[in-house]
Amino acid sequence: MDPQLYNYWLVILLMMTGLYALIARGNLIRKIIGLNIFQVSVFILYISAGFIREGAAPILSPNVDVYSNPLPHVLILTAIVVSVATTALGLALVIRIKAAFGSIDDDTLSYSSGDSATELSIKTQKSSQ
Amino acid sequence: MIAQHAQILVVILPLLCAPLVLLLGKSRIAVWFTVGVLSVNALLTWWLLLQVLTIGTLRYSLGNWPAPWGIEYRLDPLGALLQVMIASIAAVMAPFLRKLLAEEIGSSRQYAALVAFILLTAGLLGIVATGDAFNVFVFLEISSLSTYALIAIADKRDALLASFRYLIVGTIGATFFLIGIGLVYILTGTLNMDDLAVRLPEVSHTNTTQIALIFVTIGIAIKAAIWPLHAWLIPCYSYAPRGIVAFLAALSTKVALYALARFLFGVFPLADMPIGSVLLEILQLLAIAAMLIGSAAAIAHSNVRAVLAYSSVAQIGYITLGLALATSAGVTAAIIHMFNHAFIKGSLFMCIAILATGSGKHALESLKGLGHRMPIVGIALLIGGFSLVGVPLTSGFISKWFLITALVQAEKWIWIVAVLLSSVMSIIYVWKIVEAVFDKSDDKQVRSYDLSVDIPIVLLAAVSLYIGINSSALVSTAEQASKWLLGMP
Amino acid sequence: MDALSGLGLILSTPFIGASLMILVRRAPVLRDAVTMITSVSLFILVAMLPSNSDGAVFVLAEPISGLPISFGTEPFGKLFAFIASGLWIVTSIYSIGYLGQKTDPNKTRYFVCFALSLGSTMGIAFAANLFTLFIFYEALTLVTYPLVAHYGTPESRNGARKYLQILLGSSIALFVPGIIIVYLFAGTLDFQEGGVLNGKLDPAFTIPLLLMFLYGVAKSAVMPVHSWLPSAMVAPAPVSALLHAVAVVKAGVFTITKIIAFIFGWEMLASSPGANLPLYIAGFTVIAASVHALQQDNIKSMLAYSTIAQLSYVVMAASLFLPIGGLAAALHIAAHAVAKITLFFVAGAIYLKSGYTLISQLNGIGRNMPLTLLAFTIAAASMIGLPPTAGFFSKWFLLQAAFTTESYFTVGVITISTALNAAYFLPILYRAFFKAPNEDQKSFGEAPWPVLAALLFTAALSITFLAYGNAIMELEAPIFGSIFNKYD
Repeated sequence: MDPQLYNYWLVILLMMTGLYALIARGNLIRKIIGLNIFQVSVFILYISAGFIREGAAPILSPNVDVYSNPLPHVLILTAIVVSVATTALGLALVIRIKAAFGSIDDDTLSYSSGDSATELSIKTQKSSQ
Repeated sequence: MIAQHAQILVVILPLLCAPLVLLLGKSRIAVWFTVGVLSVNALLTWWLLLQVLTIGTLRYSLGNWPAPWGIEYRLDPLGALLQVMIASIAAVMAPFLRKLLAEEIGSSRQYAALVAFILLTAGLLGIVATGDAFNVFVFLEISSLSTYALIAIADKRDALLASFRYLIVGTIGATFFLIGIGLVYILTGTLNMDDLAVRLPEVSHTNTTQIALIFVTIGIAIKAAIWPLHAWLIPCYSYAPRGIVAFLAALSTKVALYALARFLFGVFPLADMPIGSVLLEILQLLAIAAMLIGSAAAIAHSNVRAVLAYSSVAQIGYITLGLALATSAGVTAAIIHMFNHAFIKGSLFMCIAILATGSGKHALESLKGLGHRMPIVGIALLIGGFSLVGVPLTSGFISKWFLITALVQAEKWIWIVAVLLSSVMSIIYVWKIVEAVFDKSDDKQVRSYDLSVDIPIVLLAAVSLYIGINSSALVSTAEQASKWLLGMP
Repeated sequence: MDALSGLGLILSTPFIGASLMILVRRAPVLRDAVTMITSVSLFILVAMLPSNSDGAVFVLAEPISGLPISFGTEPFGKLFAFIASGLWIVTSIYSIGYLGQKTDPNKTRYFVCFALSLGSTMGIAFAANLFTLFIFYEALTLVTYPLVAHYGTPESRNGARKYLQILLGSSIALFVPGIIIVYLFAGTLDFQEGGVLNGKLDPAFTIPLLLMFLYGVAKSAVMPVHSWLPSAMVAPAPVSALLHAVAVVKAGVFTITKIIAFIFGWEMLASSPGANLPLYIAGFTVIAASVHALQQDNIKSMLAYSTIAQLSYVVMAASLFLPIGGLAAALHIAAHAVAKITLFFVAGAIYLKSGYTLISQLNGIGRNMPLTLLAFTIAAASMIGLPPTAGFFSKWFLLQAAFTTESYFTVGVITISTALNAAYFLPILYRAFFKAPNEDQKSFGEAPWPVLAALLFTAALSITFLAYGNAIMELEAPIFGSIFNKYD
């Protein structure tokens, strides 16, 4: 197999790992870790696409003709910033959730009275009939 | 000079305003500074809309790098219309938020919420303004991050949980979108949306393009709360600070739907793609399910915010259906409803925010009799409710008229039945709220508000009425926008 | 008076009146005076209006380009407006007497909504296109809701909710798409003689489309969308009298007749496959509603079912798809209006004085309220169709139209229902005049004078039909043709 494709296999592996952690784990911190792994897989996808066979690092130099594509790196730099911000916000929320609920296990967390929508349900319609 | 750069100023102004408000901090000037900046911004968007309607699509190259190498901002009729909607609602709601935020999160941290609100506005405007696919992702995340923060800012138990869950789902959505545009970038080497539209047809049959389309659609569908990806929306609308919900409900899903329309019709060569028509069919089915299930759930719930949230799910279904028809009439109807529903839901959530303050609860019971003590809010709520049902002389009727016309022209008879059924169901849940608000049996005292709260509500409700009485300007703009979107002459 | 400026005045009068009532809400006498002045001036304006504006329209606004809210007059609309505005005066007098005795905090809302519902009725009567008619049709539903829910009790709120949901729901589910389909096929929604759909619609779809309207316009109370009418009987008596015997229900059958005559056109419908279906549906409603009426003990429920049956007479008349049928429909709208409003007035007067709501409580009541029951007798005779009451003449023309088309189904339905009408009205008269009073019956006299005067006046209208029936026929002749043409 073309060794260049290993990167993409890694992307898929990381993506699945991340999504699995995101869905299967109840612990909110682990969810955030899963989210990060998931996002990192996409970063690698972009960066791998920037690679050009026999391309040099994209620094202008008189004796190089082929450069790797620098644009994906720049894009991913932005995406990493976004990802870090998301992680920071997520972690801040987890701290607050821990303080409010005393737990960070998603399976034990629920809205005030069970389901969000049935909260405060007073039978206005039924009682008046 | 300003005229030349107006297109970018619309996004830059709020982005610059945000740190300034942070610096101004707790001083009283902060709020009025915000109101001022947002009002100027709203005027700019109106001016831009007039420009677009007279001279056509506006283009602006960032840093003077020509497209497709540089980032290009592009304003088309649809984008200009949505910018007017976003900027106007933001400007009108800012004074409204001042009062409510001070009440709900305390005046000491009010400015933090204000900063997030301005960033959210900037993000939404940016999504519409840009002509670059990666930029859409960035602005999507700017708006999403500020939304997560705003939902949790009151530090209430339920809101924290709602915000965290939304953060997880929303980030997955954004990342899916990122994968999608990554794939098309790999295929074409460009991120400029117009350039993509030129280059993608060459590779329209490859599997990668199909997968990219699916990733982009799912990613945006999460943000737009298209059924069955709507689950995050209900707790967010139910527990977020009251004033914030009004803004979110009015705009955030609409902007995501705009992005969907842009990518479906303006980027991907849907007609040439093997899965193009299948995708549209699936979207139609999901829209129908959203209408029926959303309306049924709205009837079943008695928490008034959940009722309105499910109603939003159903209304998003109407918009999605119009888009998924992919006919000129259908897209026109979708654009009209996108615009109308923003004002309808915004004003309804504002009314509920005011009416429910007295007791702090959102169950229908707590609204009893408030319409009589706050007649202005009560009447605005009535107008919003009638609009949701589609009573003539309100904007909701105009939306339904054009949607049904589009469906008749497309000969989608069963879809018509579903739309009508959902409308009939909306009578039941709207009347549940109206009856509670105008129930005289309960005599409770309510806090009184000043004009800074009444005027925004009246303005939004007045837009609903005005569109209901004279829709020609909106309709002709929407028609122009849909023609442009579908690439018709 | 110029037709268009007249229309402007007519449409604005009720709204100006309503605004004035809100302004003077703290002075009950002044408010009542405003009600009276508004109703009288509306009636005079309608009476002075030329009966035909010959296609000239008064445009108010244009919500959707190509679909203006516009008004014009034609004889049928003028007749409807004339009846509704005339009976509004009587009902206002009655209302002042009926509500006058109690201190009711919602009284201003009551009179304001009444004025608004009359305004909406005028909009329906003078609508120059189906779109305008629809807007005012919906407005009428919404402004009458507070009237139905007037008492604010859980019972009246539930009744009113059902009223609203059925009327609004059916119109959104069927009326709106019907209008859109007509617009897409015909390219216009204007009412035109001979119809606008003629030749533009596949004949196979004609009757299904008409059925959409028949059920979409639930105000005409064709079964099974009739159930709002008995629910609406939780309203105060004058509301039931004017709205649920005249304005609202007649707006329904008026709409149906207008759609048949001016949207579809008689000839087109008569030649469509399944043309008899609407007739059968209306005929079934007549019989079924009459049987229901027979089983009711509550006076107002009985009257409600009787109204459902009588409305379907009008639908039947229009469904003969003949101009003479249109004439019979117009006459029956007039005849039934004056008779049924009397009956509701009487039911209200009895309730006001005695608190009785059941037929079984009425034993011997004729001795306490002889004049009231005299009015009831006259109106009941008109319902049954005894000469020389109004009901006799309208049934006569209905039968004549039925014989013209040889529709023996219609003839049969009319015969059976006449027998049923007699079967549920005559026992009440027997009870009231010949049975001994119940032992626990209190002694009481006639209702207050405004109430009594109102119901005697409308009863008198029922027996003097001969005096004005001819005028109605002459008024309607330009659009429905003369009944005598056939024999000339």
